[in-house]
Amino acid sequence: MSTLVLSTTRQRNLGALTLIGCAWLVFLVFLVLPLYVVLSEAIQQGYASFFTAVLEPDAIAALKLTLIAVGISVPLNVVFGVAAAWCVSKYEFRGKSLLVTLIDLPFSVSPIIAGLVYILLFGAQGFFGEWLAEHDIQIIFAIPGIVLATLFVTVPFVARELIPLMQQQGTQEEEAARLLGASGWQMFWHVTLPNIRWGLTYGVVLCTARALGEFGAVSVVSGHIRGFTNTLPLHVEILYNEYNHVAAFSVATVLLVMALLMLILKQWAQERLEK
Amino acid sequence: MARSVSPVIPGFNLTLGYTLVYLSLIVLIPLAGMLVYAAQLSWQDFYRIISTPQVVSALKLSFGAALVAALVNGFIGTLLAWVIVRYRFPGRKIIDALIDLPFALPTAVAGIALTTLYAPKGLLGQYASDLGIKVAFTPFGIVLALTFVTLPFVVRTIQPVLEDIPRELEEAATCLGANSFQVLRHVLIPALLPAWLTGFTLAFARAVGEYGSVIFIAGNMPGKTEILPFLIMVKLDQYDYLGATAIGVMMLAVSFVFLLLINLLQRYLIKH
Repeated sequence: MSTLVLSTTRQRNLGALTLIGCAWLVFLVFLVLPLYVVLSEAIQQGYASFFTAVLEPDAIAALKLTLIAVGISVPLNVVFGVAAAWCVSKYEFRGKSLLVTLIDLPFSVSPIIAGLVYILLFGAQGFFGEWLAEHDIQIIFAIPGIVLATLFVTVPFVARELIPLMQQQGTQEEEAARLLGASGWQMFWHVTLPNIRWGLTYGVVLCTARALGEFGAVSVVSGHIRGFTNTLPLHVEILYNEYNHVAAFSVATVLLVMALLMLILKQWAQERLEK
Repeated sequence: MARSVSPVIPGFNLTLGYTLVYLSLIVLIPLAGMLVYAAQLSWQDFYRIISTPQVVSALKLSFGAALVAALVNGFIGTLLAWVIVRYRFPGRKIIDALIDLPFALPTAVAGIALTTLYAPKGLLGQYASDLGIKVAFTPFGIVLALTFVTLPFVVRTIQPVLEDIPRELEEAATCLGANSFQVLRHVLIPALLPAWLTGFTLAFARAVGEYGSVIFIAGNMPGKTEILPFLIMVKLDQYDYLGATAIGVMMLAVSFVFLLLINLLQRYLIKH
């Protein structure tokens, strides 16, 4: 069945088949089975209850809030990612490796801590708590807090994809454009952007996927007010904790479909990137 | 101060300035704020909070489970990367594409799916409980969830390195009389180890802080299956900001020490 490139001897064939079998087993049990569980639990009582759970007002409100958080955090992180990658990859300066480490910092900070730091800044007992209360501005337990928490955890995604790509591409094409008389922005739009578009797409997809699904950080600052400060992942948690498993898995299915869509987009961008 | 690689490319001040301002506003100042907040605590108070049995057992569990999950991934991830790079077989592309699923799937969805799967009456849990093994609501379940969410790290860091190792290197070693074990020991492991450690570190760092996928399967029994992020959450629910901050700072400090050690190990390995 399988065509093996490497093996010539029979013994090697057997070894290869065993390894491939193991990989398939890990894949099926570890990755496919959880997907199957989500789908089968969602539709165990038929499609009607699935649609009821998904189209319920609280679920729709949660979907809207999730889309707002994604819609604000992804573009901001794209601009940041391009700017950061630009200064890191096109110039040499002191402290560059420190800067790169700092950009990656949110990856090694727990999402719960990402939420906590904003509580300490803007919460009732936080640094700016009183001032905000006096001026009737609400950040924690409201949409701004959710957006900030999402921003924190997704900061590195775009920059991280672009930095190695732009370092590898060097500066020759940009220099040529400048010498031919292009302005800085012309150079960026017509030379740099086309060169990095697939890497950028890849970063955007990863960033979007994480922003859609962020749970810990958002959970800290949200306050879990149904219909108001609940994102889709938080809505799943509430339904699950109410033992409303069918509804929880129905909403989870919506998130799963979004995740698979992101994977397809990612694969597509990656194939373009490798060409 | 800045030395540009090429003097004709504009935008250094703009991009560096923007990067620094944005990063400071979103990440650095808030994190520094947490340290300032923690400074309200005296050392005694700080120590009293982080030395309660509940916190100590959560500390052990969080870092222990993360370490085990990263190690398991080091093994499974290497296997997957090896098979994907070295063999051509039916389904290779699908496996390759779906490896990233744990990154794309919201952690809460992963959490409830794994809990349902491994609960005592679940699809796989029923067989485990027949064998007398409890998965959900035990540390084992926590390791399982952490392994799931960090699965792609090792695969994705090793994969490009493995693709770049010239096949001739192994063939040459074999022609010179090395057996498979020696090829592994002297050719493959030295080439893969730095990337492996990078993947391991990323997986470990993510696993220590992971919350969404764990809290469902953990069951959060005090002193038994509570992880550190969950304790922070509990303190915050009680409006105990200082307690939450103390645990948060301790967690960051321990993570930092771990990451530093791994980094030093990596440098040592690259040198030798």
